[in-house]
Amino acid sequence: MELLSGGEMIIRALQDEGVEYVFGYPGGAALHIYDAIFKQQAVQHVLVRHEQAATHMADGYARATGRPGVALVTSGPGATNAVTGIATAFMDSIPMIVISGQVNNELIGTDSFQETDMVGISRPVVKHSFMVKSAEEIPEVMKKAFFIATSGRPGPVVVDVPKDTTDPAVRCEYRYPERVRMRSYNPASRGHSGQIRKAVDLLLTGRRPIVYAGGGVIQGEASEALTELARLLGWPVTNTLMGLGCYPATDRQFLGMLGMHGTYQANMAMHHSDTILAVGARFDDRVTNDPSKFCPDARIVHIDVDPATISKIVPVDVPIVGPAASVLQDMAAVVRERLEAEPAAVDRDALGRWWKQIEEWRERHGLDHDQRHRVGPGEPIKPQVVVQALYRATKGEAYVTSDVGQHQMFAAQYYHFDKPRRWINSGGLGTMGFGLPAAMGVKFAYPDAIVACVTGEGSIQMNIQELSTCTQYGLPVKIVNLNNQALGMVRQWQDMQYGGRHSQSTYQDSLPDFVRLAEAYGHVGIRVTDIADLEDAMAETFSAKNRDRLVFLDVAVDQDEHVYPMWVKGGSMRDMFLSKTEQT
Amino acid sequence: MRRIISVLLENEAGALSRVVGLFAQRNYNIETLTVAPTEDATLSRLTVTTVGDDRKIEQITKHLNKLIEVVKVVDLTEGEHIERELMLVKIKAVGAQRAEVKRTADIFRGQIVDATDASYTVQVVGTSSKLDAFIRAIGELSILEVVRSGVSGLSRGERVVGL
Repeated sequence: MELLSGGEMIIRALQDEGVEYVFGYPGGAALHIYDAIFKQQAVQHVLVRHEQAATHMADGYARATGRPGVALVTSGPGATNAVTGIATAFMDSIPMIVISGQVNNELIGTDSFQETDMVGISRPVVKHSFMVKSAEEIPEVMKKAFFIATSGRPGPVVVDVPKDTTDPAVRCEYRYPERVRMRSYNPASRGHSGQIRKAVDLLLTGRRPIVYAGGGVIQGEASEALTELARLLGWPVTNTLMGLGCYPATDRQFLGMLGMHGTYQANMAMHHSDTILAVGARFDDRVTNDPSKFCPDARIVHIDVDPATISKIVPVDVPIVGPAASVLQDMAAVVRERLEAEPAAVDRDALGRWWKQIEEWRERHGLDHDQRHRVGPGEPIKPQVVVQALYRATKGEAYVTSDVGQHQMFAAQYYHFDKPRRWINSGGLGTMGFGLPAAMGVKFAYPDAIVACVTGEGSIQMNIQELSTCTQYGLPVKIVNLNNQALGMVRQWQDMQYGGRHSQSTYQDSLPDFVRLAEAYGHVGIRVTDIADLEDAMAETFSAKNRDRLVFLDVAVDQDEHVYPMWVKGGSMRDMFLSKTEQT
Repeated sequence: MRRIISVLLENEAGALSRVVGLFAQRNYNIETLTVAPTEDATLSRLTVTTVGDDRKIEQITKHLNKLIEVVKVVDLTEGEHIERELMLVKIKAVGAQRAEVKRTADIFRGQIVDATDASYTVQVVGTSSKLDAFIRAIGELSILEVVRSGVSGLSRGERVVGL
């Protein structure tokens, strides 16, 4: 039996969990743990420039790989700086372990230097948290933390570690448990077969059906099962912002994103549907608009691993609690069985008429038919066109992270994700400053992949210090900055709802020269102001020459552009503004 | 509608704060709350009374169940149940009032557990509405101090909230 100190046990537990990277920042209360990091090579530590970025990197790593991300911070300000990143992961159900240093046990509660009640301050935004009481319990606490973070509905787990429990002079036996049993925590492992049959009975009677799939399909590794079932049924599919990529975006059955900035056809199809199969989606307010007006004719089957999500916002007809992948597979088996026994169980004519209607909607206002983004030389570049150029330059195969605002919606609308885990954004919390560190986490996970961060000049400045971390670790992420010299989404709302009074949403005289800024950190900066130069600049950004360089592509875009469609607040899903002058 | 929710949770530091925090965070209302260890010292039994329609109560029980340290959640008001609350009331009692207070306490099967020249302290046990009725019967003007335990409850018959 090995004798290890508490600090060494934490790092050994990470090794035993197969952790590759820890993203963190040292400080007094965490120094014993940092000393343990120094003495080994298996777990690599990434030194960030701000703890918020450490959590976003761990988060980006987790979203891209499906494996838990790990962040390590010190007590007090280190811990509080991490809170935004923890909340971001919590809202999107991302598996993450955050280890925070804490002051010595005897100092807890005395307002000592760099003391904060981390378990308390993070409580509303974690799946669970632990306060380590003694070194002996570290292996079990770590095992439980990983188990809780990655099972059921995933989420962040905080492990708060008082410095005395990591004391190098106190050594105890280390044995990492192979599994943990918790009498109070047993996430559903299969869906109820009776409910699945009941759901199939309902689904097969659908005449205007639709699949509404969210981030749970991606987190639950259920994309393949969902795609198979959707094709078997021949139904249209829409994705939430978090679900993009769980069904191939270039497939004919895909209608695009739904909700506040969803496509015309997706929102119309939802509203007029009579049968909805909701999978791993939570009827978020940015999807439903006014829940009392939500899809008035629809009967709803809802699959979710979290029972608390079911009937939270919209009452559903058949709930199924279970992991999306196994439930969808079971469901497909029942559908096959039913169709073999009774091929006429599905009204094919009705489905044909429904598709005809959907194609009419798609033809009328679909995003890709929209020619309004075309501009002549000298006119301001439309941000949508930049995303389209990015899509072409990367052949649709990049990992794309984004920040929050107009650029996020343009990326979601115009970059078509055919695979899960390629679209990485803060959907639930809407955290500006997420994009760059998340992209870095992805790049650590997949060094050979193309990783692009679509951002704006507002968001990028919320964690721009990480350009230095990129220099230190040679991380060639590509930053596409849709620079409209204003807080675009705020400005859009001010245009639409506040009579064009742009309160505190511009700062154009004080923006840095992003090209020189990137160069100051040792990176490549490119600026585009004319549409004629866009394709070349995009090609240069992703060229072989710049393969190992971080490129900051700063594109001046039209400040007056709005994201459309945009819902009419307080309406139903079919109530949308389609442009500055058109409304459904 | 008033509900009595019974929660079995791990008897660990911080578990109670998660339950209370959940109510605050999700805008649920707590009317009374009692908590103490059970015959198994690793478990605490918590009883909370709250108000809400069926949908809200369903959400409350689901979210309580999601807390890692919560072992079991039962809405006692869904079935036949027994509820009790204990109250201590210090009442002004001089002259003719003394007999009146004693008589009222007897009617409510209360016990006088402390007495001075000028006051009685009465212990009353029963449902919350019985305790309310006692307070009304005594009249607010005579009451010096009230402390109530909050509701505890069990389901009737052989049903148990256990592991």
